[in-house]
Amino acid sequence: MALLLSLAGCSGGVLDPQGPIGAADAKILLNAVEIMLAIVIPTLVAVLAFAWWFRASNTRARYLPDWAYSGRLELIVWSIPLLVTLFLAGVIWIGAHDLDPSRPIAPQRKPVEVQVVSLDWKWLFIYPDQGIASVNQLVVPADVPVHFSLTSATVMNMFFVPQLGSMIATMYGMVTQLYLEAGHVGDFYGESAQLSGDGFSDMHFTLRAVSVDAFAQWVAATRQAGPALDRAGYIALSQESRHVRPFTYRAVEPALFRAVVDREFPAGPGPTGGTGGPSVHPAGAR
Amino acid sequence: MHLLGKLSWNAIPWDQPIPLVAGAVVFVALFAVVAWTILKGHLPYLWREWITSVDHKRIGVMYTLLALVMLVRGFVDAIMMRSQQAIAFRAPGYLPPEHYNQIFSAHGTIMIFFAAMPLMIGLMNFVVPLQLGVRDVAFPTLNATSFWLTATGALLVNISLVVGEFDPAGWLPYPPLSELRYSPGVGVDYYLWALLISGVGTLMTGINFVTTILKIRAPGMSYLRMTIFCWTALAANLMIVAAFPVLTATLAMLTLDRYLGFHFFTNAAGGNMMMFINLIWAWGHPEVYILALPSFGVFSEVISTFSGKPLFGYRSMVAATMFICLVSFTVWLHHFFTMGAGADVNGIFGIATSIIAVGTGVKIYNWLFTMYGGRIRFATPMLWAMGFLVTFTIGGMTGVLLAVPPADFQLHNSLFLVAHFHNVLISGVLFAGFAGITYWFPKAFGFRLHEGWGKAAFWFSLIGFYVTFMPLYVAGLLGMTRRLQHYEVAAWHPWMLVAAFGIVIMTCALACQVTQIVVSIRRRDELRDETGDPWDGRSLEWATASPPPAFNFAVLPDVRGEEPYQAIKRRAIETQQLSSEAQYEPIELPRNSPTGFIAAFFSTITGFALIWHIWWMVGLGLAAAYAVFVWFAWRDVEEYEIPADAVARADRDRRRARAEWLDHHERAGEPA
Repeated sequence: MALLLSLAGCSGGVLDPQGPIGAADAKILLNAVEIMLAIVIPTLVAVLAFAWWFRASNTRARYLPDWAYSGRLELIVWSIPLLVTLFLAGVIWIGAHDLDPSRPIAPQRKPVEVQVVSLDWKWLFIYPDQGIASVNQLVVPADVPVHFSLTSATVMNMFFVPQLGSMIATMYGMVTQLYLEAGHVGDFYGESAQLSGDGFSDMHFTLRAVSVDAFAQWVAATRQAGPALDRAGYIALSQESRHVRPFTYRAVEPALFRAVVDREFPAGPGPTGGTGGPSVHPAGAR
Repeated sequence: MHLLGKLSWNAIPWDQPIPLVAGAVVFVALFAVVAWTILKGHLPYLWREWITSVDHKRIGVMYTLLALVMLVRGFVDAIMMRSQQAIAFRAPGYLPPEHYNQIFSAHGTIMIFFAAMPLMIGLMNFVVPLQLGVRDVAFPTLNATSFWLTATGALLVNISLVVGEFDPAGWLPYPPLSELRYSPGVGVDYYLWALLISGVGTLMTGINFVTTILKIRAPGMSYLRMTIFCWTALAANLMIVAAFPVLTATLAMLTLDRYLGFHFFTNAAGGNMMMFINLIWAWGHPEVYILALPSFGVFSEVISTFSGKPLFGYRSMVAATMFICLVSFTVWLHHFFTMGAGADVNGIFGIATSIIAVGTGVKIYNWLFTMYGGRIRFATPMLWAMGFLVTFTIGGMTGVLLAVPPADFQLHNSLFLVAHFHNVLISGVLFAGFAGITYWFPKAFGFRLHEGWGKAAFWFSLIGFYVTFMPLYVAGLLGMTRRLQHYEVAAWHPWMLVAAFGIVIMTCALACQVTQIVVSIRRRDELRDETGDPWDGRSLEWATASPPPAFNFAVLPDVRGEEPYQAIKRRAIETQQLSSEAQYEPIELPRNSPTGFIAAFFSTITGFALIWHIWWMVGLGLAAAYAVFVWFAWRDVEEYEIPADAVARADRDRRRARAEWLDHHERAGEPA
């Protein structure tokens, strides 16, 4: 297990965190493993040792054919797991509160606001303060907290950037909150961690953490080019599509995110072929 | 309205060679078996002795057989998934998403509902009445009906392979993805009706076994003299009675959404998918322990027998079992910590989850101290138990880790999670199933399974498990989520290759299992057990002949303490004679009944018709199934009598074998 953890720590996963939330999550993960290994390893050793020593062919081992009860041992048998659980319960309680996804990272620092909409099968990222948006590409300033408000235009999805920390569900008509921060400049892999249909495997994106200046430049450049996202454009975007290359919108209709959450748009239409008629194979329909 | 509803030639996947060829192979095999049975004239025997049998032992064997066949079917899905992920790095692989999604959904559905559940229910069916020292379960005909309804569910799932499609939305099809809008095909309907029908069977099993264990036990068999396997069976069946109606109700709501335009879980009109996820896990987490507890029971029997000692801390074991039974209903929310509940809610459910580990921890230590001071014989069942102890401890640890919300925020739905639940289910349920089958096989058939092939199967399974699933733990830590049909991250690829190699080792294990059965049947004469007690067992099932007569015990045993059979044996060894022959009396047994088979036949037709919206056939199937029940209710003669001299003849044979055993047995206290 320890070997596996060290192997997994090498590159790009949750044990190679690149931000404060990811680092804190990973720390609790490793602490919990250590606490449990403290009893798991002796238990495993005892299992193998007892099995070896008390093998039938070992004439030196004492056979106790009727020994089946010991009050003292019973007490230990119950108290060891109980004590470990009590200890772990503390970790769980504190961890659940300190690392609650909706808890701001540093209240005194103003976060960048990003609104996330999961669509079939791509991610829409709206920057309400900048009035721009992007698809399948998330650019944020490094060393600045980012506040995500998330919803879904369709089925449930799960927003997850492994190296930055916690994931959170996106659901139609509901908003979830998530605070993350990239500790330094870099490109980080992001994905959906909830099956959402045939195009699910392509619902990954790159989170580019850039310097504060570069972020301002990116915002300015984005405002210069590309389409504007209005209501008609949003409805077109909400149709099913796969392998969507990243692109940006120079402008976004104000309060579009609110309108999505308030169910002002119909939910994602789902598959256009195979409506339960004769073509029951989605594959045949496409 | 189309006469055949939505059904047409397009339902057969003519353009997809994989399911078509697989379906054809299964069909040809099935046809060959049926043809062989009829031509060889085995049909009357099958009908009389198996299909219409209400004997708990026969039903137990049929459940186990169903489980093993479905296990192979689910394993084929596993091979396809592992091979797809091994080659789908920056490539589409060979399974398109719409097919791949069906495969992992079918794998989960089949393995949980039609492999693991029948495996455990099969063992309970065979063993519990024998261990309680009684002649059958409380409701024998109901028991047969339960089995055949389970078989109906399995059949419907397998029909979907070639007629239409299976559920593409996961083994627990979360709405709104599983709603008509996003899954318009018949796949989800196959899933729903298969589980609604087999769920009725499972619920009836639960009622049957709770009644049996609470009301029907041998004279003197008080609760605290029952084996731990009976205790775990009681706990599991209490949980079935409490949890399966939740599953049925939840699936019924989704069915109403899909068939009649209700809005329980839809995006539109105020539906809430969170309710489905809560309800399904309110069943789903107890379900984990419905599978795990009987497994713990099997291991308790095996470890005690092969250590040559009573189980250490029997009362602790009972307490831990009932503790798990209760607490498992209070932890369901840990399946969706990432759905945005508050810190308090996540914290409380995380702590509740880790508390369950106390019960399991106690059990592990009690098994450990059962081995202490023992004389351990490493026969195949004991090897499975050892593999379980080591592997399950690791799986339990990763499970508690996932109960820590911040860890779960990073590992939820990842391959780490997949590795965790395979870790506990393979070691906990599958190893238990194999241990139990090897352990009780001689009781059921009168000869042992071949040890060499059994041990080979164990080692391939154990090594195969680690090679397959340890890489998945790593991939999960590297951020790889589950159910990906293809991926672009280079760091994940090597681990998928290793896991695919693991599946090759697992395939060797499967080959060894099949060989074991074939070799054992061929060499059954040299593997025969005349004594009825091949392992030096301690509980009542070993007190009767192998295979047991239809009535199990010629005279119901008189239980005077824990481990009643061990006491009988000790007395026999000390006094150097068997207990005196009892007064034999005629025994009444329930008559065979085709009710279950016919009801299931019409349930299959009804289910298939509902899936394809063939409404006239729905009406026909329901009416016929109802008629069968009415017909059964009107039956006058329910039992037949075995005359006293037939009972005496059977029991004298057994006594002769036992007397021989006693002659061979030299010194008191030494295992036979």
